[in-house]
Amino acid sequence: MSLPSESQSQKNAAPSQVATPCMKQETLLLDSILRCALALVAVAAPLAVARAAAPFSLREIAPGVYAHQGQTSLMSRENLGDIANLGAIVGDEAVAVIDTGGSLIEGRAFLAALREKTQKPIRYVINTHAHPDHTFGNGAFVETGAVFVGHKNLPRALAARGDYYLAAFRAQMGDALDGVTIVAPTLTVDQSLTLDLGGRKLLLQAWRTAHSECDLTILDENSGVLFAGDLLFLQHVPVVDGSLLGFLDIADRLASIPARQVVAGHGPMPAPWPKALDDERAYLSRLTADLRAAIKKGESVAAAAKEAGAEERGKWRLFDDYNARNATAGFAELEWEAP
Amino acid sequence: MLRKTAHCAIGAFGALAAFFVATGAFAEGPADPWPGLVADIFQNRAIGAADGAITLEAPARAEDAAIVPMTMRFSDPTQIKVATLVIDQNPMPMAAAFTLGETAGVGFIETRVRVNSYSNVHAVAETRSATLRADAKFVKASGGCSAPAVKDQDEALANVGKMKYREFKSADPAKREAQIMIRHPNASGMQMDPVTRAYLPAHFIDSVEVWRGDALVFKMEGGISLSEDPAFRFSYAPNGAKTMRVEAHDNKGGVYKGEWPIGEAS
Repeated sequence: MSLPSESQSQKNAAPSQVATPCMKQETLLLDSILRCALALVAVAAPLAVARAAAPFSLREIAPGVYAHQGQTSLMSRENLGDIANLGAIVGDEAVAVIDTGGSLIEGRAFLAALREKTQKPIRYVINTHAHPDHTFGNGAFVETGAVFVGHKNLPRALAARGDYYLAAFRAQMGDALDGVTIVAPTLTVDQSLTLDLGGRKLLLQAWRTAHSECDLTILDENSGVLFAGDLLFLQHVPVVDGSLLGFLDIADRLASIPARQVVAGHGPMPAPWPKALDDERAYLSRLTADLRAAIKKGESVAAAAKEAGAEERGKWRLFDDYNARNATAGFAELEWEAP
Repeated sequence: MLRKTAHCAIGAFGALAAFFVATGAFAEGPADPWPGLVADIFQNRAIGAADGAITLEAPARAEDAAIVPMTMRFSDPTQIKVATLVIDQNPMPMAAAFTLGETAGVGFIETRVRVNSYSNVHAVAETRSATLRADAKFVKASGGCSAPAVKDQDEALANVGKMKYREFKSADPAKREAQIMIRHPNASGMQMDPVTRAYLPAHFIDSVEVWRGDALVFKMEGGISLSEDPAFRFSYAPNGAKTMRVEAHDNKGGVYKGEWPIGEAS
């Protein structure tokens, strides 16, 4: 960090590396994150100061595996885009970060919190897909020198959507979007790739179009923790921005991954594996069945979007924000299989 | 080019807006592009109220920014020559202009468009007596990570030009209902590939002709505001023809043809 917060942050960060009583360490940690966040925010977006004061929670869910749970909400100026689950995995030599959050402010808070846990070099920043809540914090990690990693389709997805996302979310998030840039991966995954962090191997798998056209999962073989990105939604209604049929198929195939627990792209974490897939598969199956029935009856896309999947409403949060959208795109996709 | 006159209008409006912003009395918002669009698309001709001649059905909110259903209905199909759909705030506002066959009896046309941001959508009918009538709806932008982009670029290109024809049940034998679907990315281009730094080329359907036998149902001229895999659902008056025939062209010279037997009314 080259901002005025550097000395404060360094000074406070140091004690966290030596053994201190838990309470005290936590206080120091919280204090330094707060100072760091506040100072950064003061430079980047003066109006966001008050809203950035909440400490950034980064929890060790397995030895050397850290995760942050985003709010189940839409991205807003108030939540700084902090709606997706993020992670970091620490090997003997280096660290891999998994997704970076929905704003530069969140990305910086994540980096600061991670630096309280480890000073090892961040070798990789892995994006599970192109969506803003997972990639808008990328800019915070550029100066760490990390290699950005993603699905082979991620660069073109960011090219096709990046400018639109910046404009659309400026309207939605205002100054909380200050400083956000689109950072594309330079290391891409065609089918699978193993990253070595020193005594710790991560298996990255690229999937065919499902939630989006660039979904990537990360399995930490040491701990058996799977980072599923948005191929898994818990409590937050699944979002289909690629292919409904592809999503259904991949949700089935994911189940064979030899993981013990999973961090979903959205929702409680960690969750038991593969049971965590059950609700999502039920939703996608219901929506598909309803749409097929509507298409068979000759309904219009507008009418079908109002009804399909309605039976699932009570089981999910943000249902009314996304279900009609899923139904609309699913209708246009499934219509091609109709006689 | 379509935005040219819209920009001219901003000058005068801008000074006024600046005053209101300075006094805190004016909520910020983009200038209304419609007057400029009337100049560009309709040569500044007077546009009257719809009066039922044309009715636009649009969702209050774009659920998926890439696929927003729009339906234009005509109370008297024999009186409509051209029906034009305009998404005011899109980069290419003129989404589609449908020239209707004189005896085609098209009672409605439903299609799907991209909606980039909060926008008025206009449906403008040019009647056979050469007057213009318009209906309009305001459509809120979609939320979340929805973007007016191609869902799966590989899939879109692998299937480009494939067509599908659907027929729907109709209670009225003098009114049939069908749908034409064409696989095509209908991609806007305009974005830079971050790796190659090259601009992605635009690739879109720019015309579709639909014939029943030798009689035109409609001819559509459109652009990148139409969704990927353009689809047109419409009603028409049967004329005894046995087949429905489609010829579509894209901006790269692609020509796509399809012909299907017209089924029995049911």
